[in-house]
Amino acid sequence: MDKRVLLIEDEPNIIEAIRFILARDGWRVDTHADGTTAFDRVAETRPDIVILDVMLPGRSGFDILRDIRADAGLGGLPVLMLTAKGQVKDRDLAERMGASRFMAKPFSNTEVLASVRELTGA
Amino acid sequence: MIAFDMLVAICLFYVAILFGVAFLAERGGRRGSNAWLRSPLVYTLSLSVYCTAWTFYGAVGYAARSGLEFVTIYLGPTLVLIGWWWTLRKLVRIGKTQRITSIADLISSRYGKSNMLGVIVTLIAVVGTTPYIALQLQSVTLSFAVFAAAGAPGPWQLVDLNAAAFSVAIGLAVFTVFFGTRNLDANERHHGVVTAIAVEAVVKLIALLAVGIFVVWGIGGGAQATLDRIEASPLAGMPVAPGRWIGLTFLAGAAILTLPRMFQVLVVENEDERHLATAAWAFPGYVFLMSLFVVPIAAIGLAEMPPGANPDLFVLTLPLAQGRDGLATLAFLGGFSSATSMVIVAAIALSTMVSNHIVMPLFLHWTRSGATMSGDVRTLVLRARRLSIGGVLLLGYLYYRLTGGSEALAEIGLISFAGVAQVLPALLGGILWRGATRAGALAGLTVGFSLWAYTLFLPSFGEGAVMSAGLLADGPWGIGWLRPQGLFGLDGLDPLVHAVVFSMGANALAFTLVSLFDFPGPMERLQAAQFVNVFDHSPAGQGWSQGRAEAEDLLLMAQRILGADDAQRLFQRAAADQGKQGYLPDTTPEFLRGLERKLAGSVGAATAHAMVGQIVGRSSVSVEDLMKVADETAQMMEYSSQLEAKSEELARTARQLREVNEKLTELSVQKDAFLSQISHELRTPMTSIRAFSEILMEDDALPPERLADYSRIIHQESMRLTRLLDDLLDLSVLENGQVSLHPQPVSLSDLLDRSVAAAGGRSGRAPMAIRRDPAAERVDLVTDGDRLSQVFINLVSNAQKYCDAADPVLTISVTEVEGRVAVDFVDNGSGIPDRSQSIIFEKFSRLSDPRKAGGAGLGLAICREIMVRLGGSIVYLPGRGGAAFRVTLPSRCAEAA
Repeated sequence: MDKRVLLIEDEPNIIEAIRFILARDGWRVDTHADGTTAFDRVAETRPDIVILDVMLPGRSGFDILRDIRADAGLGGLPVLMLTAKGQVKDRDLAERMGASRFMAKPFSNTEVLASVRELTGA
Repeated sequence: MIAFDMLVAICLFYVAILFGVAFLAERGGRRGSNAWLRSPLVYTLSLSVYCTAWTFYGAVGYAARSGLEFVTIYLGPTLVLIGWWWTLRKLVRIGKTQRITSIADLISSRYGKSNMLGVIVTLIAVVGTTPYIALQLQSVTLSFAVFAAAGAPGPWQLVDLNAAAFSVAIGLAVFTVFFGTRNLDANERHHGVVTAIAVEAVVKLIALLAVGIFVVWGIGGGAQATLDRIEASPLAGMPVAPGRWIGLTFLAGAAILTLPRMFQVLVVENEDERHLATAAWAFPGYVFLMSLFVVPIAAIGLAEMPPGANPDLFVLTLPLAQGRDGLATLAFLGGFSSATSMVIVAAIALSTMVSNHIVMPLFLHWTRSGATMSGDVRTLVLRARRLSIGGVLLLGYLYYRLTGGSEALAEIGLISFAGVAQVLPALLGGILWRGATRAGALAGLTVGFSLWAYTLFLPSFGEGAVMSAGLLADGPWGIGWLRPQGLFGLDGLDPLVHAVVFSMGANALAFTLVSLFDFPGPMERLQAAQFVNVFDHSPAGQGWSQGRAEAEDLLLMAQRILGADDAQRLFQRAAADQGKQGYLPDTTPEFLRGLERKLAGSVGAATAHAMVGQIVGRSSVSVEDLMKVADETAQMMEYSSQLEAKSEELARTARQLREVNEKLTELSVQKDAFLSQISHELRTPMTSIRAFSEILMEDDALPPERLADYSRIIHQESMRLTRLLDDLLDLSVLENGQVSLHPQPVSLSDLLDRSVAAAGGRSGRAPMAIRRDPAAERVDLVTDGDRLSQVFINLVSNAQKYCDAADPVLTISVTEVEGRVAVDFVDNGSGIPDRSQSIIFEKFSRLSDPRKAGGAGLGLAICREIMVRLGGSIVYLPGRGGAAFRVTLPSRCAEAA
């Protein structure tokens, strides 16, 4: 096992919650809070899955997603998108841009865990 | 019996008085004093120049011969004056705006400044007026003769009478030259002349009334007895001929408009348009008084005087026969006044016309270099005018000598009336009908004047004088239907009516037809618009093309006509109006127009136009001028401007709709953004709450410290949610204006104390120093203290949250700015970047990362709303070192402590 998740999220309490849920399930969780450097972090850590918040300081989650999808080496990386806006058009946009899954906050812990497992084929 | 020498002496004395009056009035007018000089009374009295010796003596003769028919001579003018609003007002207004100098000038100016027309009207006027002047000379000599005959016979023979007529003519010429040509500008009123004429008007009225009263009560034996004698006299049986009545009334009405002397006093000498309103009733009143005793004098004269006595002289001979020398002398002075005033004004009017339309154009023609020639045009014009006066009087005298003074007075007057009335169609058409053209006016005048000469004027000299008896009886070359007094076989008509019908009819017909088929030139159309629509656009005039004229040449020319002082003043003022120094303005079309009009006042429109034209090169009618010309154009312009207004309105509505739409779209976008923001702000804490509560629910094996941590997070986030909801509700209430304020007296320092305490400290960081100035804070306010402190708390806690200095310091200072109390909150941090300063007061505009903020970004938005509600303001003060906010308190809530 020992799969790695990169959580890109800026709310400290939410980071803490997700880290706890996934760590409990045996995931290794890296976190990153800044939008501008998020893509570099993805490229650098090469996780099995990225959990990506839409509203990030410095850069939008959608932009980061686009970069990931455009990158030859990272193109197929599963990305679970989280958003607190939860509007239909955000979901559409996320799917169009190639998000593997889109979840609105507040999410259910089990759902997050199930999605991560499913997307990584674990 | 009064001695003839005595009469001459009285006469000379009277003339001397007139000179004195004229001189004083002239001096008064020059000084601008003597308000009564410009009164409607003087204007009305000057109109009485209509009542000449012909009316003074002749009316009685007329009544003795034809009964009441003489009334028509007064009826015509009365009708015209009563209807002054219709025509006279327009004539006077045109005369003023166009600086018209004479009736010839008016016609010439109206029809495109055609000098040809000016010449024709001048000739008509001279030909029509000369017999009339002769008539006046005749009446004066006849009245002299009455005294001569009544006095010692012998020394006073016909030769002496002719000499008397000649000396009267000379005397009148001197007077007229002296007072009539002082000013060059005919628009400057001849105060002296007009006043002298007003005095003469009074003298002749008093004289005629005195004679009348004497005749009725002195000879006739009272009013009733006189009426009985009138009933018994041949006058009562005299038939009224409707044809002659209508014809004569028409002629007299036309005469008051077209007689050069009447035009002179009515239009040129008019001081104020409003005087017409007075004259409209006062002049008919004067005329009524003048005619009041005509019939009694005629009736009693016929009864009392020996058969064969000239009824034209009853006014004089009746008192003489009764031995009333004093009354006779007064009557003589009345007749003398009537004659002299007519001659003087007629001579002024004619000389202006002759010099402006004949002498000056000829002079300009001969000296091609025109206005730039050496010499003073001013002296030339004045000399021309003086010579013209002499010439006019000389013509009158010659006519008098030629006709031998044989005609009955009334007939000569009527012949003159009919002659000058030929100008009427061109005059009325010119001011009332825009379609009237120069060619039409020329045709009408030529046809009418020729017919008048053929049917009335030439036959009036008597058989064999100009026309042979055969021609009069059988027509030229024996063609019967061309007989001068029986055109087309119309024999039954009175010769005068016959002449009037044919000449005026043909005149009007030719004028109308030619005008209809003629196409007017641009200048004509322009002037037509100016004249016919004088009440619509009084200023403006014909166009000059810009700039070709040399201002200096124009000044040289103007100096010669207006005199150096006046011309320089005119140019200097024009230059000043253009914002230039000195005497040489730019020769703009406006300036040229004004200059030409000013010159027109001196030398007439046509000549002025020609003179300016010689320097400027050519006149032009601009497109814009032409646009003004046609009524149709004006209407089209109005219509199109209405359309324009409508389409403008549509555009305005469309613009408003677009704006509203933009605003709605913007609002919708804002609403979406707001909802999205709210969603985000609500969901974020809820996410933590849900995630941790699920953890707490599911995980029984949670270590106690984790349990405590997570519970605290849930609590924190719940608090955050509550705060957010509170803020949202607060903002919503503030924005919707539903907030109720509770103004009450508060002290600023108390509020600040409270606010600083409520803002709390900085958790886990070095405490922030807060500097205040207690003295300045001693301000008493009447405001909602809770709301104001909400603002203060927000600012203080913001400073505590965001101030990034190592030793954070917040300075709260109170100052007075423009009479209002301002509270500044300035910290020593790095402040707010320029680009963000404009958005910090917007909702959810949180600059830093939310972990530090702990708020939803509504604080400053709420502050701004509160301050708006309180009537004050909150602004960010850039360049104060750190973050700096200024809260300005509304003036009404600040009261000096």
